[in-house]
Amino acid sequence: MVRYTLKRLVSLVISLAVASVVIFLAIEVLPGDPAAYMLGVNAQEDTLAALRDQLGLNGTAWARYSTWIGGMLQGDFGTSYTYRTPVAEMIGDRMQVSLPLALMALTLSTVIAFPAGILAASRRGSFADVLIMGITQLGVAIPNFWFAMLMVLVFAINLRWFGAGGFAGWEAGLLPGLKSLTLPAIALALPQASILARIMRSSLLDTLTEDFIRTARAKGLSRAQALRRHALRNALIPVLTIIGLQFSFLLAGAIIIENVFFLPGLGRLIFQAISSRDLIVVESVVMLLVFAVVMVNFAVEIAYALVDPRLRASR
Amino acid sequence: MSLLAISNLDLEIHGTPILRDVSLSVDPGQIVGIIGESGSGKSMTAFAVLQLLPNGAACRGRVALSGHDMLALSEPALCALRGNEVGMVFQEPMTALNPIRTIGDQVAETILIHETVSRDEAMKRARDALNRVELPEDRFPLSRYPHELSGGQRQRVVIAMAIALRPKLLIADEPTTALDVTTQAQILDLLTRLVREDGMGMLMITHDLAVVAGMADEIVIMQRGRVVERGACPAIFSALKHPYSQALLAASSHHPDRDAHQAAPPLLELRRVVRDYRLPRKTLFGPPQVIHAVRDVSFAVERGESLGLVGESGCGKSTLTRAILGLEQVQGGSITLDGQPVFDGQVVNRAVRRRMQVVFQDPYGSFNPRHRVARLVAEPFHLLESPPQGAAREAAIDVALLSVGLTADDKHKYIHEFSGGQRQRIAIARALIIKPDLIILDEAVSALDVQVHAQILDLLADLSTRFGLTYLFISHDLSVVRSITDRVLVMKSGEIVEQGPTAEVFDAPRHPYTQQLIAAAPKLPDSTAA
Repeated sequence: MVRYTLKRLVSLVISLAVASVVIFLAIEVLPGDPAAYMLGVNAQEDTLAALRDQLGLNGTAWARYSTWIGGMLQGDFGTSYTYRTPVAEMIGDRMQVSLPLALMALTLSTVIAFPAGILAASRRGSFADVLIMGITQLGVAIPNFWFAMLMVLVFAINLRWFGAGGFAGWEAGLLPGLKSLTLPAIALALPQASILARIMRSSLLDTLTEDFIRTARAKGLSRAQALRRHALRNALIPVLTIIGLQFSFLLAGAIIIENVFFLPGLGRLIFQAISSRDLIVVESVVMLLVFAVVMVNFAVEIAYALVDPRLRASR
Repeated sequence: MSLLAISNLDLEIHGTPILRDVSLSVDPGQIVGIIGESGSGKSMTAFAVLQLLPNGAACRGRVALSGHDMLALSEPALCALRGNEVGMVFQEPMTALNPIRTIGDQVAETILIHETVSRDEAMKRARDALNRVELPEDRFPLSRYPHELSGGQRQRVVIAMAIALRPKLLIADEPTTALDVTTQAQILDLLTRLVREDGMGMLMITHDLAVVAGMADEIVIMQRGRVVERGACPAIFSALKHPYSQALLAASSHHPDRDAHQAAPPLLELRRVVRDYRLPRKTLFGPPQVIHAVRDVSFAVERGESLGLVGESGCGKSTLTRAILGLEQVQGGSITLDGQPVFDGQVVNRAVRRRMQVVFQDPYGSFNPRHRVARLVAEPFHLLESPPQGAAREAAIDVALLSVGLTADDKHKYIHEFSGGQRQRIAIARALIIKPDLIILDEAVSALDVQVHAQILDLLADLSTRFGLTYLFISHDLSVVRSITDRVLVMKSGEIVEQGPTAEVFDAPRHPYTQQLIAAAPKLPDSTAA
């Protein structure tokens, strides 16, 4: 297990290094002057020169890369050109919204999907199965922004249980903060839960036809016991893969939902940074997201090994 | 009173009759063998006893297990009996265990679900059960996972699970079919010993007459869901009455008619062939470990000869086959066909490759299910410089199908429309179509029922006479090799340990390993085998 973890760690560091080079090359080395791009065609020559200096565009590529990476390792992500504030600070602020939102949505989707998938698989062909499959079909098909607007209409405008948008901030206390994230988290979780429930169901159904389930039944386990003790953990590998992918998506892919609910999250930050051509922010946020995805994959791979002893031994 | 009494059992699955009027009984301490081909209903009889039937199954009749009417019991009551009063061992040990739980855990589970004991106590008794199936603690601690064990060892774990609570009845469904001959003999000995020690009754299901002949007290022969004959063993073998039973027995000891091989120049020659595999490194900078799959193997196959290659799984047979076919390059030595090397530099020599073909074991997995038979059979044409087109191509396909006993019309069908035996005929037709000199038969009859198996051996013998074919027959089944080869090689750990004319090797094996193999092979009683 230690060897397996170390190997995964090495591959994690390599992935991050490669990703950082690709991002750097894409933004800085490719043809075109980032400063001219950021300031637009009518920029003054002295403003351009000042910006180039500020962006550190005047050294060799290697020197610029090492300054960028060295800065990031110390928590210095540079200063946003449009907002004139440190990028690290901006990301920190946005993460206070995006990270809890992603975690809430993921928890919600897992809490819904696991029981639904297990119920559908254990009663295959029953009314419950047909109903769950029908609902999840809808859940996959309905665009989440439309569902979000529907929820705003019902719960915010008619029932007035929640605010229609905006983020209260954690300073006001835990509850108001969570409350303002509840509707967006539900909107995000619905399609994810539908996908996850379907994967859980099909993976469990596959596992239930395995020979060792028959062995378990011959030992005297009931269907439900065999499912719980033998099928569930074996069915978990594909489910973990999907959970990993979903978390990475939830962290930054929530742009539309953040817009519907006026949430100051990472998704909106990237969107704004791209529209205002703030390459410093784009570069740093993209790197941060890559970091998050790689970390989540690492966590998923460790989870695989915890589930399956064969992986611990062989890799 | 019998331990297990099945009387007039009918079984239908979604309206399709599976079992008809099956009656049999097992007494305490008695071993009853059920014999039949695949589809004869023998496994379904076992599952009907446990009431572990597929959805849509409906039973009529009576199944009484130590006084319980199994067909009338509720599911919870059945759960309380399964594993407790009756244990079961299955055919496929590689998949019968949960891969992510330790063997101790899985054996202890049988105890924990039936008795209220502490986990420690259950683990202690699991240890005892594993000791009884000869998996000692020092080499097989409870913390082992199934993937760390061989097939035979896994089957022992399954047996330990089945006998942990000392059930009154043990059902074994083809428990050794997937195992090598020596492992098979050990598992059969183990089962017999456990039955005798505990006074259990055992229902032993198999397609192989020879397997039960040595151990069963009574034999039940099934065909198409019915019991056609039953009687005490071994007396039954000399007094089989039903035509099906007689045919089954005849097929089991079938020897195809073949002409003795006359000395001829060598066709395939292997000289000092070496094939190593590198294993993944254990440490980051240490040297990679090497496994010697084939070490310094030399032999020749004469034109028109049928040569057998026997050995257990892992002995290097398959590696050698792939090397001969040019699917893998060897690290040392040479392989030549009629003096031409199989490998021409780094690439396979197509001029040689088109002169040999292969027939694999699995008649179900070795065809693309979306192609018609005509396309499947014509596949080897791509090896030719100028493959026949149009009418010539169709004619070649027809000839190939006719020569293996199928009809020309069969070429329009898909593979799922054929039985296992017919599929293996198609595989042979596919090998024949480019008129090769050498056909390699890699366990080509191992997956077939005994009667079909006999028919395919007859076909092969006939084809070799008609087309002057040379066979390299690779198998772990000694009786097959004995019946169809002129000469035999015995392979162990990548080396040839014994070779000679088949009759000589079988009658007077010299190497201890060959002696062990031959002693382990199940045999029919002498009075009947003649």
